Amino acid sequence: MSSAADIVIRGGRIVDESGERTADLAISGDRIVAVGDGLEGDRVVDAGGCLVTPGLVDLHTHLRQPGREEAETIDSGARAAALGGYTAVLAMPNTTPPIDSAAVVREVLELGRPAPCDVHTTAAITVGRAGEQLAPMGELAALGVRIFTDDGTGVQDDRLMRRAMEYASGLGITLAQHCEVSSLSEGTCMHEGEWSSRLGLPGQPSEAEELMVMRDIALARLTGARVHFQHMSTAGSVAMIAAAKAGGLPVTAEAAPHHFTLTDACCAGYDATFKVHPPLRAVSDVAAIAAGLASGVLDAIATDHAPHTPEDKERPFDHAPPGMLGLEYALALAFTQLVDGEAAMAESDVIGAMSWRPARIAGLEHHGGPLVAGAAANLCVIDPGARWTIDDSGGASRSRNVPYVGREVRGRVRHTFLFGEQVVSDGEAQR
Amino acid sequence: MTARLRNAATPVDTSRHLLSVGDLDRDQIAELLDLTDTFVEVGQRSIPKVPALRGRTVVSLFFEDSTRTRLSFDTAAKRLSADTMSFGVSSSSVNKGESVRDTIETIEAMGIDAVIVRHSSSGVPAQIARWTDAVVVNAGDGWHQHPTQALLDAYTARSHLGDLEGRSIAIVGDVKHSRVARSNIEMFTALGAHVTLVAPPTLLPPDTTAWDVSVSHELDPVLPRIDVCYLLRMQSERMTEALIPTLREYTAGFGLTSERADRLGAEALIMHPGPMNRGVEIASEVAERPNAVITEQVANGVAVRMAVLFLLLGSGRHLTQVHEEAS
Amino acid sequence: MAERERRLTRPYGGVFVARSQVMDVDDIHRALRRMSHEILERNHGLDDVVLIGLQTGGVQLAHALASTLEEIEEIDDTEDGVPVGTLDVALYRDDIGIRPVLPEEVTAIPVDLDGRVVVLVDDVLFTGRTIRAALDAVIDFGRPRIVQLAVMVDRGHRELPIRPDFVGKNLPTRRDELVDVTMQGVELGELQKS
Repeated sequence: MSSAADIVIRGGRIVDESGERTADLAISGDRIVAVGDGLEGDRVVDAGGCLVTPGLVDLHTHLRQPGREEAETIDSGARAAALGGYTAVLAMPNTTPPIDSAAVVREVLELGRPAPCDVHTTAAITVGRAGEQLAPMGELAALGVRIFTDDGTGVQDDRLMRRAMEYASGLGITLAQHCEVSSLSEGTCMHEGEWSSRLGLPGQPSEAEELMVMRDIALARLTGARVHFQHMSTAGSVAMIAAAKAGGLPVTAEAAPHHFTLTDACCAGYDATFKVHPPLRAVSDVAAIAAGLASGVLDAIATDHAPHTPEDKERPFDHAPPGMLGLEYALALAFTQLVDGEAAMAESDVIGAMSWRPARIAGLEHHGGPLVAGAAANLCVIDPGARWTIDDSGGASRSRNVPYVGREVRGRVRHTFLFGEQVVSDGEAQR
Repeated sequence: MTARLRNAATPVDTSRHLLSVGDLDRDQIAELLDLTDTFVEVGQRSIPKVPALRGRTVVSLFFEDSTRTRLSFDTAAKRLSADTMSFGVSSSSVNKGESVRDTIETIEAMGIDAVIVRHSSSGVPAQIARWTDAVVVNAGDGWHQHPTQALLDAYTARSHLGDLEGRSIAIVGDVKHSRVARSNIEMFTALGAHVTLVAPPTLLPPDTTAWDVSVSHELDPVLPRIDVCYLLRMQSERMTEALIPTLREYTAGFGLTSERADRLGAEALIMHPGPMNRGVEIASEVAERPNAVITEQVANGVAVRMAVLFLLLGSGRHLTQVHEEAS
Repeated sequence: MAERERRLTRPYGGVFVARSQVMDVDDIHRALRRMSHEILERNHGLDDVVLIGLQTGGVQLAHALASTLEEIEEIDDTEDGVPVGTLDVALYRDDIGIRPVLPEEVTAIPVDLDGRVVVLVDDVLFTGRTIRAALDAVIDFGRPRIVQLAVMVDRGHRELPIRPDFVGKNLPTRRDELVDVTMQGVELGELQKS
């Protein structure tokens, strides 16, 4: 059967929410036109031995623009995302000025339009992320914002958080929370425990996160709001979310690659590359995060990609800004730590946690699959067996704060297609 | 000066530097303490100077002010005939934009062999060691370590008690925020002594299982059986942080009062890193007792620092080699 | 000097293997006697004389010389005898930072050196660098009137203009040979790399 397909991705193993099958996939324009055997097209992309999956979706990326363009721009961050297999990212609002008004939302969306990744944005829950006054969530929802968060900090005031949830439930939007009780975490720079004792650094206990998880679960129950828990890092948090879900609450949660890969022992050399909020925790927490993702209690892997300039990361550990890069390493870390590690997660579940599940949480209809005729052609081709060593270059990001330098991983994105356009070919960004 | 790739993960060769007591093993500590004897003798001469580090430049980079420690290091370097330079960098000038890395690279461009670093943030000496070819000596970083203090404390204790194996040492006070305490815990346990931390729970590190120590929340039961009562400075800032209710309550529970000092063993030593808050952690009268060796600690500081500088710069071999050849 | 050099020169450590005995125990004692007489003759007695033995090879020799001197001058009470000091020159060497060296022994100068006749005592005189370092050290302790040098063996190969005043034996050697001096005798040999 002849077809007018522009591109045929041949011989890959197609993985989406409905299952796995080996087949060809044909793209025309911005759509998938056919999935089957023996497809023809103007250009053939050989996907033998590879996975063909929906493009990955990152619920949590810091693109730094406007305000900190020396660390990252929307363009460079989107390129790093595309190289990591992402066709959609959600930008976090802790920019300068913060994304709490229609003007800034429009600016970010405008800057993201030509980018090699579909850039969506979150917006702040409170004006200026100051935790005092509600931001105009209705106006911003009308511009397409689906998820609101004060990320960088959590909303501290219980009453304000309740009001925000009640208001949000009327709008059908989701509130995402950076769970950190500032009275317990103020002035700290790592996890409180044996390592913080040895290193002489002020630490925050797991309870600094867990108390807010507990509060928000209770308030979600009270208000009926949809709540998403960002970058979960402790075993206690995972347990509480599991219980809340078992009780029927519609909460969702994400975890970042560094929280299922690295522990607080990494801080031993005082390299601020390993400083992050929430901090790297103990071995038991890392195991719980991995298990939580494998069991589905934690719905999604979100990178919390947080670029910082080398000058900033060279400051003394307690003064350096928190955060690490993640977009180009998340998939490989997930395969290496979760599939090959003790959690023994299935590869398809990893793909799910990185594509259709976050796409659903973010309300992105064109991302996450399923890969069928008529669907938007947002997909990536992954070589699951490719072994590589993470270097210190930082990839396409403007920054280089990579905590995985020298780590051997497996799984690499070969091609990424954004609405039918091949933005990454053989691991190289095309624009 | 070799150009260094910014953000490169250069591992630090801890044997070239003195960053933490934890980097030293028992043999290396013994070597340093024995070497100190030599420099005590030098200090007693009418010309207390040897040409061992002639032509070397030793720079003090103190981001946190400390006249006493800086003077002690300066004297030590000068007595070894090294040239010295002193950069008293106030933390505000660093906050104004010149980074620690820029500062050290500027200094190094002038040609230096060793840099003595004190900073209010833990880990800065370790970071500096990644950015310079010079030898780095930690003169106190945040809450983390003050290795030369621990060395002079061990030297002083040893000079009175002999071998510290099996001895019992109590470290009393604000251990949580004390770099002197962390260094001394590691120093005394490495030498085979048993260390007990004495403090209210709020002034102890969150997880004391990081070390092989005992913990007591009361000072009185500990007094009769210890060979050294090491008192830490109690800072009044701790009250505003809700760590202790009042200084008076602290003294009542943990201060070495005259009455408590009477209950120490006859041979027990009273030590303090200085400067003392008389009337708070130690009664004024107690500081003058014959078994209070605080001024000796200070006096030994110069000889200890000479030993450290000589071993790291002048002996032609650094700390791990000492260990390898001894075995 | 041999013992120190054995410890310090590359390859560090190793075993001294003797090839021939140059002086036996009696030769040592005769040499000590003769050198003592020379010291007394040169200095017209023992007034103001201080012996300083260089660590480690010169210390025993310095004490032996002191006893012999006191015996010749018929001094019974060691309080009136010749003061003996010891000196470790490690901190004064000119190769600091190049070769591994640590001061391991005691430096103890029991008297003020101002105006004194200082006799440096060492077992072997070789390149002369140790003696140069010792001169620097001695001058830090005070201002002697005269400094003289007594060695049991002068083996040649000087690298500095240093000459001994009192010598037990002149012994021509090859540069790679080692000289080992004890109170029991002098042996010539080499270092067997282990």
